[in-house]
Amino acid sequence: MSATDTQVLSSHACAVIDEWIAKYPPEQKRSAVLAALREVQHENHGFLTTELMDAVANYLGLARIAVYEVASFYSMFETKPVGHHSISVCTNISCMLRGGDEMLAHVEKRLGIKVGGSTSDGKCYLKPEEECLAACAGAPMMMIDHIYYENLTTEKIDQILAKLT
Amino acid sequence: MSAQITEDLVTIEVDGQPVQARKGAMLIDVTDAAGVYIPRFCYHKKLTVAANCRMCLVEVERAPKPQPACATPVMDGMKVFTKSPKAISGQQATMEFLLINHPLDCPICDQGGECELQDLALGYGSAVSQFTERKRVVRDKNIGPLVQTDMTRCIHCTRCVRFGEEIAGLRELGATGRGEDMEIGTYVAQAMVSELSGNVIDLCPVGALTSKPYRYSARAWELQQHDAVAIHDCVGSNVHVHAKGQVLKRVVPMENEGINETWISDRDRFSYQGLRHEDRLLTPRIKENGAWRECDWETALVTLEAAVTEPGKSNRLGALAAPSSTCEEMFLLQRFVRGLGSANVDHRLRQHDFSGDSSEPRFPSLGFAFSELEQADTIVIVGGYPRHDQPLINHRLRKAALRGAQVIAIDSLHQEYNFDLSAQLAVAPSALVAILGAVTRAVVERATGAGGALAQFTPRAEATRLAELIAAGQKILVVLGNRAQMHAERSRLFSLAATLVQSLNGRSGQLTDGANAAGAWLAGAVPHRGPGGREAGAIGYCAARMLTTPLDAYLLLGFEPDRDCSAPATAVATLVQAKFVAALTAFTSPTLEQVAHLLLPIASFGENEGSLVNASGAWQTFVPAVKAPGSARAAWKILRALGDRCGLPGFTAVTCADITTELKALCGIPRVEPLNPRPLPGGHANAAPGIEPRLELVVQVPLNRTDSLVRRASALQQMPQVGDEGVHLSPATLATLKLQDQAQVLLNVGGADVSAIAMSDSSVPDGCCLIYATTNLGTQLTTAATVTVRGAGGTR
Repeated sequence: MSATDTQVLSSHACAVIDEWIAKYPPEQKRSAVLAALREVQHENHGFLTTELMDAVANYLGLARIAVYEVASFYSMFETKPVGHHSISVCTNISCMLRGGDEMLAHVEKRLGIKVGGSTSDGKCYLKPEEECLAACAGAPMMMIDHIYYENLTTEKIDQILAKLT
Repeated sequence: MSAQITEDLVTIEVDGQPVQARKGAMLIDVTDAAGVYIPRFCYHKKLTVAANCRMCLVEVERAPKPQPACATPVMDGMKVFTKSPKAISGQQATMEFLLINHPLDCPICDQGGECELQDLALGYGSAVSQFTERKRVVRDKNIGPLVQTDMTRCIHCTRCVRFGEEIAGLRELGATGRGEDMEIGTYVAQAMVSELSGNVIDLCPVGALTSKPYRYSARAWELQQHDAVAIHDCVGSNVHVHAKGQVLKRVVPMENEGINETWISDRDRFSYQGLRHEDRLLTPRIKENGAWRECDWETALVTLEAAVTEPGKSNRLGALAAPSSTCEEMFLLQRFVRGLGSANVDHRLRQHDFSGDSSEPRFPSLGFAFSELEQADTIVIVGGYPRHDQPLINHRLRKAALRGAQVIAIDSLHQEYNFDLSAQLAVAPSALVAILGAVTRAVVERATGAGGALAQFTPRAEATRLAELIAAGQKILVVLGNRAQMHAERSRLFSLAATLVQSLNGRSGQLTDGANAAGAWLAGAVPHRGPGGREAGAIGYCAARMLTTPLDAYLLLGFEPDRDCSAPATAVATLVQAKFVAALTAFTSPTLEQVAHLLLPIASFGENEGSLVNASGAWQTFVPAVKAPGSARAAWKILRALGDRCGLPGFTAVTCADITTELKALCGIPRVEPLNPRPLPGGHANAAPGIEPRLELVVQVPLNRTDSLVRRASALQQMPQVGDEGVHLSPATLATLKLQDQAQVLLNVGGADVSAIAMSDSSVPDGCCLIYATTNLGTQLTTAATVTVRGAGGTR
């Protein structure tokens, strides 16, 4: 770890990473990479930069490319700048049968963006769907910043979006 | 991979035939050894098992699904079917998947005709694809001037990724993205900087990574393959050279487990580009009244004969050869010079200290096989940077370090290694002897309690620590590197190293400049010994003396005096005063045209024949792959014609092999020897401080600048490892001199002031100044061991 890494990574992030490192044997501290990236992305309002990934690599003693590989593999990491509220509207089978596609179209219309885009004020990011979010009992549903909103209607969506700051 | 490989033998059955194998060995290794072919892409015997291409699927009895042979350990009684319907259908299914996204651009792909995918598609592919969707396209990456990428062709075998991590020690390439979006690349745009990077070209089973310099210039089936030996370091890597007609198109490794395994350095791979450089000398040239004109061989030889046989001048002739010249060339050169009554012949162009000449072994070598580097548990590198000086020696050191051996570097530069050193000490050249002395004293005192002549070395804390580390080893090797060879007190370093290993039951050896220093000693291209290490009747001048005291006539073989000598400015100034200088050289240069009176074109790499002796004592012979261009001739032929013309005995050989045979008979079987233990010579007083603060000079020959051919290879010259024109000073030294980084400075190297740029470089010890040899700044160096640097005002 060099002086620049501790400047790039906040002291809180370092403390969280250290906590995770302590959970693994010393020679396997690379195992903390997922937790480290999650924390660093969170503090950076939802996305990773090359600088942050490099800092994590140095902090954990990993090759930079090893961190890029992890960050680009997992869909919960964003490696390009995105809006800081991450919105995922499920359109998988159960949601599809219950109107998920209309919900998604409504979100797109309200935010004025397409799936994969971010609003110009940098507030919202409409994340491309990966898989079923496992809340079929409450379909149609969406997830915003890890919180599930179920049994959606267009009115309900308007209220939820209006509350986002 | 959980099963450990043991020495226990088990018997398995492959396609109905019983095969003996070590328990736990991977199936593919066993079938390869038994001559049973299994197709594969990701498997490579020098890399870890990835098992991600699935091409090597075979049927194993009682296993529910086909198993990948590269990741299946053998067990007693295992029955394997490599050609059963189940195995073949597994392989065919894998091939279908691999071809889904692979472009059908074989006609414009450089790999076409030598492509593993193309070959296997013929055997296992179907003429029709069930996949009718769009193929993916991947953007190409620029990873430097040596390797061309066409990433759409990549089949994700990850051989290149594993090579970077496991062999080159640089984790630069990786697989980013996921599923169909997975790509091999560096993620952020950057060049691949490694001394071994070109090996990924051979490793890549498809056309995703190909040679940039060779691109689109030939097809595999148009090439003729010849065996050769690389000429850029004392490893003597075995290579295949591929020629199209009379043009050398590329160089690839030839497997030799004892020397270069399956790898070669980038320097050995891409230096051939220099052969067609515009500096190439194609006809003999003669200087008349200060003007150069081309002449025929007859005129050239008549002129040369007249100049060197001038009555009464015989002992005023000096001959200097590049340390990469062949044994045959050096043998004839020394015979020619000695035949004319002189003994001034040498090849040690970068050496300063010749005081240990009489106690040198018969020829310089590592003293042991390269593979033994891997078996040692403690290796001390004194003065040198094998990573750039001998990349494949560094590869062995890296393997040793990864196995758990401690590698210790004691040098005058804090160099970067691609593995973890156990200890690294960088001190000024003048302190190197003191440190090695203190280490040796501490080790000897631990072992025998009495220091003797070593008492002159003051104990130092860091030396005692190193001594403890070293003495803890069981199999200890001490290797003197290229910078030790160039050291002003070389003889003392060598003596100390020999004493050090003696008390530890270890072994010592040396690495040398050029490809054939060992052969030069055996051939008698040293002023005090004849061929085969016999004592020479008369002792001539060593290289340093020939290049400081003007002689009447000089013969220069295969080097550039302003780039390849320890004191280029002094050498040029000395040569200028000679009445006659003839240079046998593949390339001309302004300096050669300045100092020489006759330029004779010689054959270079791939065009020449002869033999080289490497640092493990392997005597390797090679024959020409292509004809030398123009009227260039093999240097041995020129020397033979010259000796014959001068009426000297022993110049009647018809073929090069005749000379090899004669020399080998004189040498017997060359047996590698360690450094001879020898009395410790006294040190010379360090130069008195001048009026200004004097800095000690540290010189490094850059990786890609070692000889005239490499320096003209255009792709290698675009790599970063070519040195620079800076005066490198440590941050503390800069502060002492009240200089900023990038400041304009005046450098005095013993002659006139030279203007240069100061560069902050923390790898340089305080009070020292690093200058790269062979650069324009490097050509200014004289015999002075110290320099002064002062500000000239302003920064760049």
